[in-house]
Amino acid sequence: MNSRFQHWLGSGDPWIWINAGAVSFSLIMVFGLLGLIGAHGLGHFWPSEVVQFKLVEGQDEAFILGEVVDQELASAARLRSLGTKVPQGQEFVQRLLLKIGNRDVFGLDFKWINELVIEQTARPESVIVLEREEWGNFYGFATGIIEAEKQLSIAPEQVWTELSVRLERRHELQSQIKKIEKSEIGGINFQLERLRLRKRSLELKNALTANAGAEIEAREQQLQAEYETLNAELSRLYQEQARDVLLAKTVGGDEVRLPLAQLVRAYRPNQMSVGEKIAYYLAKLIEFVSTEPREANTEGGVFPAIFGTVMMVLIMSLFVAPFGVVAAIYLREYARQGPVTRTIRIAVNNLAGVPSVVYGVFGLGFFVYFLGGSIDRLFYAAALPAPTFGTPGMLWSSLTLAILTVPVVIVATEEGLARIPRAIRDGSLALGATKAETLWRIVLPMATPAMMTGLILAVARAAGEVAPLMMVGVVKLAPSLPLDGNAPFLHLDRKFMHLGFHIYDVGFQSPNVEAARPLVYATALLLIVIIVALNLAAIMIRNRLREKYSGGEG
Amino acid sequence: MNDPQLVTGESTERFRLLKDRVFAWVMAAGGVAVLAAILLIFVYLFFVVVPMFRPAAIETRTELRSVMDGPAHIALDEYTGLALVINEDGDFRFIDTETQASVAGGKLDPKGGSKFATISTGDPASHLITAAIADGKILLAKPYYSISYQDDKRVVKPSIGYPLGEELFEIDNFEGMPRLLAGEYSEEETTVAASTGDGRIFVLHIGREESFLDEEVTITESTQIISTGAQSLTHLVLDVDQRELYAIDAAGSLYFYDIQNKDDIKLVDRVSVIEPDREVSVLRFLSGGISLLIGDSGGKISQWFPVRDASNNYTMMNVRSFEAFTSPVVDIAPEYFRKGFAAIDADGNLGVFHTTAGRTLINRRVSEVAFDKLAMSPRADALLLAERGGKLKLFDVHNEHPEVSFASIWSEIWYESREKPDYIWQSSSASSDFEPKFSLTPLTFGTLKAAFYAMLFAMPLAIGGAIYTAYFMTPRMRAFVKPSIEIMAAMPTVILGFLAGLWLAPLIELYLTGVLLAFIVLPLSVVLASYAWSVLPATLSALIPEGWEALALIPVMCLALWLCVEISQPLEFLVFGQSLTQWLSTEMGIAYDQRNSLVVGMAIGFAVIPTIFSISEDAIFSVPRQLTMGSLALGATTWQTLTQVVILTASPGIFSAVMIGLGRAVGETMIVLMATGNTPIMDFNIFQGFRALSANIAVEMPESEVDSTHYRILFLAALVLFLVTFCFNTVAEVVRQRLREKYASL
Repeated sequence: MNSRFQHWLGSGDPWIWINAGAVSFSLIMVFGLLGLIGAHGLGHFWPSEVVQFKLVEGQDEAFILGEVVDQELASAARLRSLGTKVPQGQEFVQRLLLKIGNRDVFGLDFKWINELVIEQTARPESVIVLEREEWGNFYGFATGIIEAEKQLSIAPEQVWTELSVRLERRHELQSQIKKIEKSEIGGINFQLERLRLRKRSLELKNALTANAGAEIEAREQQLQAEYETLNAELSRLYQEQARDVLLAKTVGGDEVRLPLAQLVRAYRPNQMSVGEKIAYYLAKLIEFVSTEPREANTEGGVFPAIFGTVMMVLIMSLFVAPFGVVAAIYLREYARQGPVTRTIRIAVNNLAGVPSVVYGVFGLGFFVYFLGGSIDRLFYAAALPAPTFGTPGMLWSSLTLAILTVPVVIVATEEGLARIPRAIRDGSLALGATKAETLWRIVLPMATPAMMTGLILAVARAAGEVAPLMMVGVVKLAPSLPLDGNAPFLHLDRKFMHLGFHIYDVGFQSPNVEAARPLVYATALLLIVIIVALNLAAIMIRNRLREKYSGGEG
Repeated sequence: MNDPQLVTGESTERFRLLKDRVFAWVMAAGGVAVLAAILLIFVYLFFVVVPMFRPAAIETRTELRSVMDGPAHIALDEYTGLALVINEDGDFRFIDTETQASVAGGKLDPKGGSKFATISTGDPASHLITAAIADGKILLAKPYYSISYQDDKRVVKPSIGYPLGEELFEIDNFEGMPRLLAGEYSEEETTVAASTGDGRIFVLHIGREESFLDEEVTITESTQIISTGAQSLTHLVLDVDQRELYAIDAAGSLYFYDIQNKDDIKLVDRVSVIEPDREVSVLRFLSGGISLLIGDSGGKISQWFPVRDASNNYTMMNVRSFEAFTSPVVDIAPEYFRKGFAAIDADGNLGVFHTTAGRTLINRRVSEVAFDKLAMSPRADALLLAERGGKLKLFDVHNEHPEVSFASIWSEIWYESREKPDYIWQSSSASSDFEPKFSLTPLTFGTLKAAFYAMLFAMPLAIGGAIYTAYFMTPRMRAFVKPSIEIMAAMPTVILGFLAGLWLAPLIELYLTGVLLAFIVLPLSVVLASYAWSVLPATLSALIPEGWEALALIPVMCLALWLCVEISQPLEFLVFGQSLTQWLSTEMGIAYDQRNSLVVGMAIGFAVIPTIFSISEDAIFSVPRQLTMGSLALGATTWQTLTQVVILTASPGIFSAVMIGLGRAVGETMIVLMATGNTPIMDFNIFQGFRALSANIAVEMPESEVDSTHYRILFLAALVLFLVTFCFNTVAEVVRQRLREKYASL
């Protein structure tokens, strides 16, 4: 036995296994992390059951109603120090974190209770959950509906069907209101602002003639009139929407009036079938990716953030792709190979390792304050002192990230160019083609997959960067998208929202972190899916490229 | 070209050559432009940082004709368009510095037109002038500048106002000629201290209280007499908050009185402030009313302020001195808001200094004639000097960043009101005369601390993993493992930061014992598994073929981890009787932050593992086969071959992997931002947070004012990060290229 042990020790096996352990642990971390985010992110949309707890006597409330979101084993000592009575001999107590909603009634959405105070647990079928525009979810029981200040005389079991119908109507009105507020009134405001700027710039040039002034004034009045009409229509719609009110009561028995105009969605989780739950789940998922955030970003969707991220990455690609490729072609094909090119190559390689926050500082100083400030003085003097381009925005974010990612494209393209066998070039040149023709028609098409790989990697990196963007253009809530129906349609001076920043902001700057957390997980999952997909695409393209040229020289 | 006439067409031929040349030109231009743009980053950062280290510059703007003899007080308005001169006869005049015209003038004492024996000025920002006539009657005056705009042009209209009324007032029981005078005024109270120079100080306090109910004003007046015990006093100053009174006697002793309670004036400290053969020539406050500047006859200016010791006693300390001139200091003019000052000597030298940075920004002779008086403009952009003979000289001062020096950024600095010199980062405050503390040392320390713990966590995992993956793992598993770890390099760090801050940090706090235990239990479980496998009968051990150990270990390690977490809390109770975090803080005195270096180390470690893993795996994998074959053929075990041959050969590659990983850890921003408390403390405790350079930039940059010192310091921080990571990466890259050449030659 002893000799066996020594043999085992001497063979070096334990060391090999320890190294294997390092791989295993890394894998556990990687997949544990993905699993964690996946489970939390996807789980959030599933309608969980609402549980009603009857509490033992002596508590503040007799009943408590909510979703169980988390549980932990708390030590008795900690609970005792918080003033909870725990029987002697018991060292640990199960504690439940409940989402009780009704922030307008209770003041907070979440509550810890320990199992000792629970007398009875039930899942009442009639519980309704209401998602609201404000104050978070409502958990309780529907008791009636008021239409134009008169309660409808309907049986309690009909309240739900009636509610669904009326909620439908509310959504229809809401979408009309959105349309008027966002696009039509937004458009008028945009044009009014443009008129104001035109007038100011004419004033600055001392070219404001009476004629031009009158023209602008007339147009302004016309817009104002249009605005009045729309506004009247809007208040009519708001009145329509305010017609219905839901009567509900909380588990404590308080009667609450909930205007339907405030309700986003209503459901009864305890009597939903699996099919209904799936439908609900999908609806929530779609809502998440296609609507705007509500309640300080803690509810609703992340559409503006997705849009902002995609937009920024696209504009960045417009800069980074041509310039990166040109730089790579120059370095590989035109520049004389020697110590200088080698140094440049190392420098370019290293720039990929420079902290992104440094690029942010550069972007803010150079692009925003220096370039943007100059542009404002030259072309947007009318709007000053309000900056147009002299403030963080879409264009500067894209440019900053373009500089940040250009090394990635250069390196990948160069690698692709290096892989193309010399013989192919020689053949082309021998047939009488010029160098430009050889490059354009032979070499570059063959290197396209490499460029694609570079671009995709650049996009993947840019999509995940947050630190530089915090300085050059992202905001927690952008009032309007950088692309809209007002000419010139693309507004590069606007600030935008970004998925990565959304995670930081909602997770760390939000007043109600507990409520926002599931949403942050979902956003994180979305971002990971995008980035991992982009990277996988790049890897696949690269592998195919390698196979294609594996016969040639490296 | 598909054109059949290509061979013959000469113009086409020329066009093709032209195209070729244009193409080459465009590529070269584009390429150089991109490379220049990249270079621009460095140049631009440098360009923003450099102005901080330039010395100040002064240039003569104008000379004002002799307007009054022997000015007793001079001052400048905010826009430096007006100079105020008051002479001993009690005449005042505002002079337009551009046209030299007298804009306004008159008698300082509007009723009696008295001649003044003493005129003194208070804190510069308050603009207060205290004047006393020979029989001891006192007048408080203050210049007012009303600003209006006519046709978009600024018009400043000066006047003299009297906060306590135009009548002169008396100090009870004061007799004789007041030689020393100090006064401060605020809405609520006014204090005037006066002395004939005989060792007694009369302190007059006028309180003004407005009742909330009926807006009735009650005025209280009291006079206290301080007997210093000195033969004769030579200097007297009162701080802007009317709480501290300082006097200096002829022997060079400084008396520090606490006059906060006007009925109970206490001598706090008495200390000699001068070298034996010298005498004090000027006593002034630095802006903010905390530090004293004492100029002596030998040309030295020293800064003193009260320092609190452990038992709450204050003693006056000489914090730093400037050997400014060789002849006596004549006057000192503090800046209004920053901690800088200007001084003149009896030979016509002018110096501009900054206390915190300990910098002499300029020191040169600007006149052949000696000076009498010196005044600083409110924005510290101009200096007004009164030459002996009545001529006034106005200098423009370019001194944007006096507070920065190598010492103020990297060394311990004794800041005002601190017990001892320290490294502090505190860039902003609500008050305008606050002393900014720009020490990058604690931030750099934070960055290094994060990188250190991160590397401690990442290096064993990444390098061990790389060794196993490259050398022992079956190709089938490797084809899956390598990309899955590598793809994690693309994981946005904001997600890691979020998980570290909101998921991992609370979890570690709850299961601290388990987490610490895991560092021992996990490797132990692996070794045990290895032994178990070696003693298993061959039929069973064949289930895990060689090269698949890592897969078999996953359930083992998961189990071990679960075990650690499960026994964590019971174990804590058994051993400590309370939770480990509580025990640490109560029994050991080790503070525990929820978001601490352990959490950050693990999160950044996770972020750099893919980088280190990928590069070192490549290095080990590409060690030429013939080397290992040779070693094995000579009878070495695989492990011996690995340690003696493979790792030795690949060590430069592993080194460069570590360097690149380190570069990434140093520059990591979002994780440190989200998973630490971001407090700039310097402390090696793994259970405490820190503030890193990168996170500091991300937090403060958007709020900092363009071209301010703070803004440039943040650029400096970015430049430091840039250079450090660039150096790490360059070393790594060079090493890697060498290695590649070596492999190629083997």
